[in-house]
Amino acid sequence: MVMSTAPSHRGQSKAAARETFSSRKLFILSAIGSAVGLGNIWRFPYVAFENGGGAFLIPYLAALLSAGIPLLFLDYAIGHKFRGSAPLAYRRMSRPAEFLGWWQVLMCFIIAIYYAVIIGWAGMYTWFSVRQSWGDDAEGFFFGTFLELGDPGVSTTYVPQVLWPLIIVWLVAIVILVGGVRKGIARANGIFMPLLVVMFVLLVVSSLFLPGAMEGLNAFFTPNWAALADPTVWAAAYGHIFFSLSIAFGIMITYSSYLKRKTDLTGSGMVVAFANSGFEILAGIGVFAALGFMAVASGSSVEDSASAGIGLAFVAFPTIISEAPLGSVLGVLFFGSLVFAGLTSLTSIVEVIISAVKDKMGWGRRTAALAVTIPLAIISILLFSTSTGLYVLDIADAFVNQFGILFGAFIATVLVAWVFRKLPILSDHLNLFGSVKMRRTWMVLVGVVGPLVLGYISIQAFNTFLSEPYEGYPAWMLNTFGWGMAAGIVILALIITMLPWSRKSLLHDDPEYVAIKAHEDTLTGSVPVAGTEQKEDRP
Amino acid sequence: MTATAIVMMIIALLTVWGGLGLALANLSRNPEVEDDLPGEPAPEL
Repeated sequence: MVMSTAPSHRGQSKAAARETFSSRKLFILSAIGSAVGLGNIWRFPYVAFENGGGAFLIPYLAALLSAGIPLLFLDYAIGHKFRGSAPLAYRRMSRPAEFLGWWQVLMCFIIAIYYAVIIGWAGMYTWFSVRQSWGDDAEGFFFGTFLELGDPGVSTTYVPQVLWPLIIVWLVAIVILVGGVRKGIARANGIFMPLLVVMFVLLVVSSLFLPGAMEGLNAFFTPNWAALADPTVWAAAYGHIFFSLSIAFGIMITYSSYLKRKTDLTGSGMVVAFANSGFEILAGIGVFAALGFMAVASGSSVEDSASAGIGLAFVAFPTIISEAPLGSVLGVLFFGSLVFAGLTSLTSIVEVIISAVKDKMGWGRRTAALAVTIPLAIISILLFSTSTGLYVLDIADAFVNQFGILFGAFIATVLVAWVFRKLPILSDHLNLFGSVKMRRTWMVLVGVVGPLVLGYISIQAFNTFLSEPYEGYPAWMLNTFGWGMAAGIVILALIITMLPWSRKSLLHDDPEYVAIKAHEDTLTGSVPVAGTEQKEDRP
Repeated sequence: MTATAIVMMIIALLTVWGGLGLALANLSRNPEVEDDLPGEPAPEL
């Protein structure tokens, strides 16, 4: 069902008006919900520790201010000015740019099918924490008893304890997304985000009381100033900021397209960016306090105990839970936080796809949501609830991040800044109602600093992935789920771009957008042109 | 914790949480304005 039922201004429109967030507060909460995900909890602490500890703060803040926030505003400006899902917004910006939108949509497709699996695991581990089901062998339990991991390959042996939680995750996502922007996304974030904050603060505070916590914090915050001379440390900071803020996924374009016209985009974005970083710092403190406890308890160093990702969450944390006083409470708080942080991010990732399909096909919310989520859920379940799910997940994750998100962001910034030359009109748009003004410095950061850093990281990634097989997986697996997938989504994006838009779609019939555009043209001094195509290039 | 680690922790918390505080203060100084164009759908939440 389409939430927005504003009457058409011509009275003959077939397409429904765009859905909107009912308030700026709910948009900010949903954008934070999207940005704060699994990466903040299990990726940031280790990246910071590995890349200079306390000294990492300097490249981290530099990356946040020089690339993270400026590129976040680029996404906001595109989505809000052109009021569309990623493909529609890019197409309205410049006809050939539609391709960039579909590329982002397909990346979200890949990410969604494996991201849901991890939320399912975390859900099961919330329950396992109560009983500490892993006994004294967390590693053997996770890979053997729980995942029933086989040899690398693609198996058709389904693992029921992974299958059922995954089905539940998808059912929850479907209910939220069929509900739409207000009754689904905003409402879910309104419930999950406060819960996440309360649980996470409790987790961090209780970790600080564990014996050895100070050892962990010492390891986390002691600066290694020599790291600042290493370019890979700076690349790690920029890479992390891009992932962490959900930049160039199409998510922020989609969410900002649901904002009311007179929204302070830059003021809202500052809150989102700093809230995301604030959460990460908190996660660093919580995770390293717990790792300090584990190191002291096992008589090893924090350095030896530190890990990231799946190893941290499903091997290290269960070990900590078994040994810590009130370990089960700690476990429920930790895995519960992963579930809530993951769900709000998953819904934002899937919304990118739904919004795009809804726009191109001219379908209503319910039809588009079901047409997207059901096939997505089926693929996710078929591929990842088997005994080889972890391998496919690992490969798809590494390749879509490096050769989708980062490389895609590089291409997008170069095209928007230098080929389509849209930065001046986008900066005008940000300044129209924005409380923090974005002028020449912003254009330099987005048009020069962004592409340079993204280009450097992409070249580095190509070198690493071409020099040796990623994690030693068999070539056919890397060629299928890695290189093949990354290239396949580019080709598919080109094909979808060539398919015609439905006559019912907002591209052809969007009186609301035409009215807003005409009004904005008069405010910014651009020459209004009939139709919905943008013709307002500045010299 | 060593003195250096404590200092770095305080600086990290002050910059990031301070940044959030400033961002929130800036936002509250610029309250939401109602749209006048075109009609918004009725609030449902």
